[in-house]
Amino acid sequence: MSLNKYIIFLGCMIPYRALSYEVSARKVLQRLGVELVEMPEFNCCGLPLEPLSHEIMLILSARNLAIAEREGLNILTLCPGCAGTLKKTSRELKEDRVLRDMVNKHLSESGLKFSGSINVKHISQVLLEDVGLDRIKKTIVKPLKELVVAEHSGCHLSRPRKHIEFEDPENPKALKMLIEVTGAKCVEYIGETECCGATIAGIDDKVALSLVREKLNHIRDSGASMLITVCPSCHFMYDSNQIRVERMFGETYGIPVLHYTQLLGLAMGINVNDLGFDELRVSPAKVLDKIK
Amino acid sequence: MSKIEEIKPLRIDPKFRYEIARMPDGKNILQCFQCGTCTSDCPVARFNEKYRPRNIIRMAQLGLREKVLSSDFLWLCASCFTCTDRCPQGVEVASVIRALKNLAAIEGRIPQIFRAQLGNLLKTGYICEIPETRIRKRDSIGLPPLPKGNAEGIYRSLRDLRIMKVIGVAKA
Ligand code: SF4
Ligand code: SF4
Repeated sequence: MSLNKYIIFLGCMIPYRALSYEVSARKVLQRLGVELVEMPEFNCCGLPLEPLSHEIMLILSARNLAIAEREGLNILTLCPGCAGTLKKTSRELKEDRVLRDMVNKHLSESGLKFSGSINVKHISQVLLEDVGLDRIKKTIVKPLKELVVAEHSGCHLSRPRKHIEFEDPENPKALKMLIEVTGAKCVEYIGETECCGATIAGIDDKVALSLVREKLNHIRDSGASMLITVCPSCHFMYDSNQIRVERMFGETYGIPVLHYTQLLGLAMGINVNDLGFDELRVSPAKVLDKIK
Repeated sequence: MSKIEEIKPLRIDPKFRYEIARMPDGKNILQCFQCGTCTSDCPVARFNEKYRPRNIIRMAQLGLREKVLSSDFLWLCASCFTCTDRCPQGVEVASVIRALKNLAAIEGRIPQIFRAQLGNLLKTGYICEIPETRIRKRDSIGLPPLPKGNAEGIYRSLRDLRIMKVIGVAKA
């Protein structure tokens, strides 16, 4: 199947609150010659409803997989949660015939069928494995040598290991490699693999925001001037909630949080106005001044 | 004179652990030897002293069904899967906890947020209501229109699940 053409799975969080991620991702993928096809029909991947019912999750995921199968294209997602969930479902259904038959019975009610003929990848996996660092390097016209950044890959890009099969969860490297190809320097810091807390934000805000605070403290100490994410939910926690955390705990951060695709877009020389920078809550002026 | 309090023993369901072991990714619950790795590496446990994944696993092993399923802390798991990847006994801790939440849900113990999300899903395909302003913004910055959810198709695929009756969304 083509390594240059994917069906794009947006999920719920991107249209809800991460247009800056979507707009910048589409721009950089276009520069790289990766073609995107829209989902003809969509529903949530099912991850948020898994605590309620594993079966709901399986059926919702399988519906999307079946829709993409009809188009004959592999799926690219911007959200690691969506990628992980679709991958997990695909794997479970391929391995377990009884389960597959059960799910297909539910799907047949609306004329769909899962057969397991396509793959699912998060954008960072597509960039590393299918596009490749060499091809990305050729599109860099403005290396970001002045920038020192920290990365946060997020839990679902690598965990649980058995379903994701992409990254080493204890020592994630993918995002670091992708950052370094832009010319920026990526620092190490304490607690790089810690969770952002987004999944329990509606259930226990105090725990969720404490996790954000802990992370931002480590980043402040690391010498990085910004944080780079590849997940709409992690981004929301560190960018939109940064001000809440500052108020709640009496901290000051002012750490801009960029989607990786915005950083890559800058290095590709794409106009700042086309990369959704105006959507960021923490002003990115500090970053943009440095690379002028 | 102080009153002697009546001792109320916890109800024990000796088959409970087998019930969990049969659920997806639940089978290794029987192998937990209580080392505590899951709790010591759990980000939620760091900031909430009531939340202890090791205890949850132990209570489930012992068959304290009612006590576990009725506890609020069950819903605090952030599904970060740190415990799952680090458990030396291969217990898929996060999945066991998910299985417990699923069992609680089937008994009707469902935090409001999930009802709201499911409601949105059945209407639009999205678990959240995408504000009009976002839709207009998409258009103004040149993003393609959002893919639509097939509400009827989603409903048809889900309606036969038992949980849908518990929540009360399945039409008779
Ligand atoms: S890490 Fe595994 S073996 Fe250790 S207490 Fe937790 S579940 Fe049990
Ligand atoms: S998955 Fe849940 S129990 Fe396990 S470490 Fe993460 S928050 Fe803790």
